[in-house]
Amino acid sequence: MNITATLLGQIFTFAVLVWFVNRFLWGPMTQMMADRRKRITDGLAAAERGKHELELAEKKAVERLREAKQQSADVIAQANKRANEIIEESKDTGRQEGQRQLDAAQVEIEQEINRAKTHLREEFAEIVLEGVHKILEKEVNAKAHGEFINKLAQKI
Amino acid sequence: MSSTDYISHHLKNLSTPQYDGGFWTLNIDTLVIGWILAGLIAFVSYKVGKNLDPDNPGPLQNALEGILEFVETQVKEMFDGYNPLIGPLALTVFVWIFLMNAMDLIPVDLLPLLAGFVGIEYLKVVPTTDLATTFGLSLSVFALIIFYNIKIKGGFGYFKLFLFHPFQANNTIAKIILMPFNILMTTIEELAKPISMSLRLFGNMFAGELIFLLIALLPWWIQFLPGGIWAIFHILIITLQAYIFMLLTIAYLSVAHQTADEH
Repeated sequence: MNITATLLGQIFTFAVLVWFVNRFLWGPMTQMMADRRKRITDGLAAAERGKHELELAEKKAVERLREAKQQSADVIAQANKRANEIIEESKDTGRQEGQRQLDAAQVEIEQEINRAKTHLREEFAEIVLEGVHKILEKEVNAKAHGEFINKLAQKI
Repeated sequence: MSSTDYISHHLKNLSTPQYDGGFWTLNIDTLVIGWILAGLIAFVSYKVGKNLDPDNPGPLQNALEGILEFVETQVKEMFDGYNPLIGPLALTVFVWIFLMNAMDLIPVDLLPLLAGFVGIEYLKVVPTTDLATTFGLSLSVFALIIFYNIKIKGGFGYFKLFLFHPFQANNTIAKIILMPFNILMTTIEELAKPISMSLRLFGNMFAGELIFLLIALLPWWIQFLPGGIWAIFHILIITLQAYIFMLLTIAYLSVAHQTADEH
C-alpha cells in the first residue's frame, strides 16, 4: 500500500475533468441561471410597471368618461334650447303667415264683394233700362206700370 | 481460502507487474474506474450543458442545477474574493469523489467476480481506497494553494508568512528568535492540509470497504442485516466525505487568497 505513479494519472484525470466540467457544465449553466434570474427579475418589474400603467389608464379612462358625459349633457341641453327656439320661431312664422293669408283673403273677399256689387248694379241698370224701354213702347197705364215695377223689384 | 486470504486478495490492486510495487507501478483498476466515472461526469455534463433549457429543465438538468447551486452557495459563503476556478473545482471534487466513494455500495464481490470471469485476477473497485487517488486530489489542491498564495501575496509575502506566523512579536530580536519555530510550525501547518485531507478520505473509505469485506465473511443468511445497515450508514459517509473534501478545498483556497495583512 504505497503511493505509486497512479497518483500522477489521477492528478491528470482530475485536471482534465475540472477543465471539462468548467467548460461544458459550470460555465453554461451558471450563465443560463444568471440569465434566467435576470429574466425573472425583469419580468416581475415589467409586471409591476404594467399594473401601475393599468391603474393610470383606468384613472384616465374614468376621467375621459366623465368629461364625455359632461360634454354630451351640454350638447343635449344646447340642442333642447335650440329646438325650443326653432319651435318658437316656426310658431311665429306660422302665425305671421296665417295672418298674412287671412289679410289677403279678406282683401280678396272685399274685392269679390265690390265686383259683385258692381256687377249687380250694372245688371240692375240694364234691367231698369229694359223695363223703361218696355214701358215706353207699350204706352203704359199706372196700373200696368205698377204691376211691372213690382215684377222688376221682384227680379232684383 | 482463508479469511485473511480473502481480505488481502480484495485489498490488492490490479497493477502493472513489471515495476513490482515500486513507485512506477500503475494501479490499473484505480485509473480505469476513475476514468469511467470521470467520463460519466463529463458525458452528463456535456449532454446537459449542450441542451440547457431555462424554461423547461429536464430531471437531469434539475438535479445538476440543484447540486451546482448547493456548491455555489458553499463557495459564496466561504470564499472571500473572486476566482472563477473555485466553483467548478469544488463541484468536480464533490461529484467525482462522491461517485468514486459510491462504488463502495456495489456488492463487494460482484465486480471482482465478474472480472475473474474474463481473467482479471485482482480488482479493487473503490478508487478512493487507493492512496494514489486521495493524494492525487489533495496534492492538486495543495499545488493550487501554493500557487494562489504566491499569486496573491507575492513570493516574498508568502515567505513572510512562514517567518512571522503563527507566533508574533513586536521587537526585532524576539522576531528573529521566533523565526525557526515559526518556520517549523507553518510548514507543518501547510503540509498537514493535503495530508489530513487525503488520509481522512482514504481512512474512511478503506475502513468502510474493510467492514463490507468482514460482513461478506459472515454466513450468507445473516449478511443482509449488518450489510444492509452498514450500506445505509455508508450512504451518509460517502456523501459526507465528499462534502468535507469539497469544503476543505474551498476553505484552504480561501485562506490562500487572503492578502498578507489579513493574517
